[in-house]
Amino acid sequence: MLKRLLAPIRNTSGLARWILVAGILITAVFVIFAIFAPWIAPYGFKQVSANGVPFPKMAPPSGQHWLGTNDQFFDILSRIIWGARTEITVVALSVILAVLVGVPVGLASGFVGGWIDRVLVFLMDALYAFPSLLLAIVFAFLLQGPLGGGIVAAALALTAIYIPQYYRVVRSTTVSAREATYVEAARAIGARNGTIMGRYLFGNVIQSVPVIATLNAADAISILASLGFLGLGIQPTQAAEWGYDLSRALDDAAAGIWWTALFPGLAIVLLVTGLTLVGEGLNETVNPTLRKRRFRKVVMPTREPSTALATGEVEV
Amino acid sequence: MSAGSGSLPRYIGQRVLLVIPMILVLLTVVFLLLRVAPGNPVTASVGGKLSPQAIALREHKLGLDQPLYVQYGEYLKNVVTFNFGNTISDNRPVIDVIRDNGGATLTLTIGAFIFALLIGIPLGLLAGRMRDTFPDVLIRLFGVVTYAAPIFWTGLMLVILVAPWGWPTYDIASPETKFLVPTHTHILLVDAIISGNMGATLDVLQHHLLPCLTLGLLLCGVFIRLVRVNLLQSLQGDYVEAARARGIPEKFVIRRHAFRNALVPVITVIGLQVALTMAGAVLTEKTFNWPGIGNQLVKYLDARDYNAVQGLVTFFAVVVVIASVLVDIVNALIDPRVRY
Amino acid sequence: MSAELEDEGLRRTPRRDTAPVVDARDLRIWYGTERGAVRAVDGVSFALRKGEILGLVGESGCGKSTLGRGLLGLLPEGAKMDGELYYKGQDLLALPAKQMFGMRGSELGMIFQEPLTRLNPLMRISQHFEETLKAHEKGIAKSEVQRRALEALRVMGIPPTRYRSYPHEFSGGMRQRLMIALALVLRPSFVVADEPTTALDVLVEAQIIRILHDLRGAYDTSLLLITHNLGIIAEACDRVAVMYAGEIVEIGDAREVFSEPQHPYTRELLRSTISLSTTGLNFIPGAPPDLVSPPPGCHFHPRCPNAMNVCRTDHPVLRTMPNGSDTQCWAADLEHGLADHLDQEQTQPLTREEISVADEA
Repeated sequence: MLKRLLAPIRNTSGLARWILVAGILITAVFVIFAIFAPWIAPYGFKQVSANGVPFPKMAPPSGQHWLGTNDQFFDILSRIIWGARTEITVVALSVILAVLVGVPVGLASGFVGGWIDRVLVFLMDALYAFPSLLLAIVFAFLLQGPLGGGIVAAALALTAIYIPQYYRVVRSTTVSAREATYVEAARAIGARNGTIMGRYLFGNVIQSVPVIATLNAADAISILASLGFLGLGIQPTQAAEWGYDLSRALDDAAAGIWWTALFPGLAIVLLVTGLTLVGEGLNETVNPTLRKRRFRKVVMPTREPSTALATGEVEV
Repeated sequence: MSAGSGSLPRYIGQRVLLVIPMILVLLTVVFLLLRVAPGNPVTASVGGKLSPQAIALREHKLGLDQPLYVQYGEYLKNVVTFNFGNTISDNRPVIDVIRDNGGATLTLTIGAFIFALLIGIPLGLLAGRMRDTFPDVLIRLFGVVTYAAPIFWTGLMLVILVAPWGWPTYDIASPETKFLVPTHTHILLVDAIISGNMGATLDVLQHHLLPCLTLGLLLCGVFIRLVRVNLLQSLQGDYVEAARARGIPEKFVIRRHAFRNALVPVITVIGLQVALTMAGAVLTEKTFNWPGIGNQLVKYLDARDYNAVQGLVTFFAVVVVIASVLVDIVNALIDPRVRY
Repeated sequence: MSAELEDEGLRRTPRRDTAPVVDARDLRIWYGTERGAVRAVDGVSFALRKGEILGLVGESGCGKSTLGRGLLGLLPEGAKMDGELYYKGQDLLALPAKQMFGMRGSELGMIFQEPLTRLNPLMRISQHFEETLKAHEKGIAKSEVQRRALEALRVMGIPPTRYRSYPHEFSGGMRQRLMIALALVLRPSFVVADEPTTALDVLVEAQIIRILHDLRGAYDTSLLLITHNLGIIAEACDRVAVMYAGEIVEIGDAREVFSEPQHPYTRELLRSTISLSTTGLNFIPGAPPDLVSPPPGCHFHPRCPNAMNVCRTDHPVLRTMPNGSDTQCWAADLEHGLADHLDQEQTQPLTREEISVADEA
C-alpha cells in the first residue's frame, strides 16, 4: 500500500516535479522547526528575559533578536519556531482524526447505501456548504468554554469541518467502484462485505486521500491562524501561535512597526504555500488531463521512394 | 429569448424547494451546537455581574427555561420572520445589528469581487493560453501565494506600505463624513452618493480601496486557478478541433469557443465563493476596523454572547444558501443545457 | 508492364489524363515521444479523383485517423509531416498556415466521429453556420447566411424550424447530419470522414452512409471515408485502401479487393468479419505492431500466415497485380510471377517462434 501511496510522486516529471520538490522542501523546513524547536529556538516561546535582563519591547531586528521582539516582550524568531510546532501538531492531529473518521464512514456509507447513506450525505453536504471558517469559529467558540484555549480544542474544531470532505470523496469513489465488475466478481465467489470493502475498494479509494489531506493541511493552517487572529485559538501562554501574534501587531502597523507583522505572516504564507505546492504537484500527476505531453522533435531520415514508384511501374 | 424546451420558472421553483431542507439542516446544526455547550448563554456572558434573580429573569425572557423542542420551534419560527433574536450583552435585536452594519459588509464584498474578477480572470486566461511557459508559472505562483497568505497579513502589509503616505487605513470613512451623510439605506457608500456630497463619496471610496483590494486578492487566487484549469480543458474540447477543421481562424477559436466555454463553470464557482468571501470579510473587517457584520461578530465572540453569535451565524448561513440558489439560476440562464 | 495495365480500362485511369483532386505521395507523419518517433503514417501514397469515394480501412491504431487529420493539416503539436500532398495541383505542405486555414472549410472538409461533442453546446446551430460562413466570406449578409444554411440543412433532411436550436436538442443521428451540413455548407471539394458512423446505431448508420454516398452526385465531392467497418466500404466506396502499421498494404477497386484480396492482411480482415453465415470466430493472432520500432522488413510478417524468409529482411514494394489492385507483398509477387529476383532461400516459409503470450497481451 505504501508503494501505491508513493506512486504519484514517482510518476512526476518536469515542472510538476519541481513544484513537488519545492513544496516538500519548504514543508520539511517547518517540520524540522516543529520537531527540534527546543534545540533550534534561541529562546522559549513565552520567555521575556534572559540572564536576568528583560527583553526590550517591540524592538526592531538586532543581533540578539534576529527578527525583533513584539509588544508582549517575546522574541519573534522563537515564537515563529515554536509556532511551527503548534501549527503542525494541531493540523496533523486534526487531519489524521478527520481521515480516521471520514474515510471509514464514507466507505461504509457508500457501500451499504440505503437510508443511512442518504441521511449522512445530506448532513455532510450541509456541513460542507457552510463556510469552513465560520463553522470553525462556531466550534472553537463552543469548545473554548470547557476546554480552554488549548491545542485540543483547536484540533477538534478543525477535525469537525474536514470530516465531510473525506466522507464525500471516499463515498463517491466507493459508490462508483462498487458497481465495478471486479467487485461483482468478488461477490460472485462469495466474498463477505467486510472483505470486499477492505481488500478491494480500500486500495482504490486510498489513492485520492493524500492529495486531499495535503490541501486540507494547508487550509487548516490558514484557519488555525485565523482563529488565533480572532482570539479563539490558542492562548499565548500555552503555546506560540502565529495568527495570535498577528492580531497583536494590528495596532502598531500604522505606526510603521513592521517586524511584528511581517515575520509571523511570512511563516504562515510559506508553510501554506509549501503544503499547497505539494498537494498541487500530487494532483497534477494524479490527474492526467492536466499534464502536458512531452514532445520531442522529429527528424525524418531522407530516403528514396520505393523503386516501383520511381520507375513508374505502379500507379496508385 | 430562446425557443428551448425546459422551462426556467419550473427550474427555479425546483431549486428553491430543494434549498429549504438544506437551510433547515444548517439551522438545526447551529441551534443544537449552541445549546449543546455546557453552561447557558446568559451565565456565560453576564454571569457574575448580575444577581441570581436577574439572571433567572433574563433566562426566562429568552425562553431558556423551556424544553428544548419548544425552543427549537421558537427559533425556527423566528428565523422565518427574520427575527434572529436579541443580543444578551447589550440587548439589541440582532436584526438591527444586521441592518446597521450590513451595508458596510455589502460594499466591501462587492468591491472585493470586482477586484478579484478584474485581476483574476484575465490572469487565469493568460496563464491557460500560455501553458507551462514562464508567465504561466509566475501567475500560478501568484495565485497560490495570494490564497495562502492570510488576509489579515496581506492587509497589514498593505497598511504598512501605505501608512507613510497618509492613505486612510481604518474604518469606512472619516468621522466627519459619517457625521455629514444622512442615513437612508444604511449603506454608507450609497447614502453618500445620494446626498450628492462629492467629498464624502470620495472619502468613502478612498477608505474602501485597501480592504477591497485585500479581500479581492484572496479571491483572485481562487479565480486564477479555476479559470486556468477550465480554459485548459475547453481547449482540448472536441468542438474546438471541429471549429478549426472548418477553417475558423485561431483567434476566434480561442475567444469564442475556448474562452467562453471555459468561463461558464466559473460563474457557478463565483457564486460558491460567497462562503469564502464572508469568512474573509470577518477577518478583513477586524483588520481594518471596518464597521461591518463581521466586526460585530468578532465583538460578540469576545463578549461570549451566545445569542448574538447564533443570530449572526444563522444569518450568514441563510445568505450562503440563498446565494447558491441565485447562482444556480444565473447558471441556468447562461447554459441552456442545465434547464433539463 | 505499364502498357498492359493501361489496357485495363476505366477502372485504372492513369494519372496523366484526369488530374486527381487529391494526390498524395509518400506521406509520412511521425510523432516525437520519449521512446522515440512514432511512425503513425510511414509512406502513404494515393490519388483521389473528382466525385470518387475512397475507403480507408484498418485496425485501431494503424494510423488512418492520423492520416485523415494530416491531410487537413489538423495534426497536434509534436507531429511532423513530410512527403507530397497536392490538392488541385497546389502543394498543401508548402502552404503557409494562414492560407491553410482559409482552405479548411471551403475547399477541405472534415466530418468527425462523435457528433455529440463536436458542436459547441453554448452556441445555436444558426450561430455555428454564421461563424463558418463569415470566416470565409467576410462581407456576407445574414440573410444569405441563413439561406445557404437552410439549404444545406434541407439536403440533410433537417427542418428549418430547428435552425435556432441548440446542439443538445438533437438526437445522435441528426447531430451527425448537422455536422455534415456544416462541413458541406461551403461546398468543399475534398472531404475526409473519420469514422462518421461508429458512434451511431445501425439504422442511423445506413442513413448517413447513404447521404455520404449521394454527395458525389449532388456536389461532385471527393470523399475519403475512414472506417474499420468493412460493410460500409462494400456499400459505399468506389475504391478501398487497406492500411496496416502506417502503410497502405493494398489499394484498388472495392469490388476487386473484396473478391480477390491480394494481401494476406486483407484476406484475414475479410475472414474476420462476422455475417449471418459465420460459424466460427476467426481472428488474427498477435497484436498490432509497435509504431516506434516496427518489425523489420514487412511490418505484417510476424502475424502473416504466408510469411517467407525474405519478408523478415526486405520491405516489400508496392506493385500492381493482374486484377488491378496495388499491393506490397512478397507472397503476392511470387504468386503472380513478379518476384523473379528472389532466390530459393528467400522464398522458404518463415520459421518463427510461437507467438508468446506476452506478445499477445
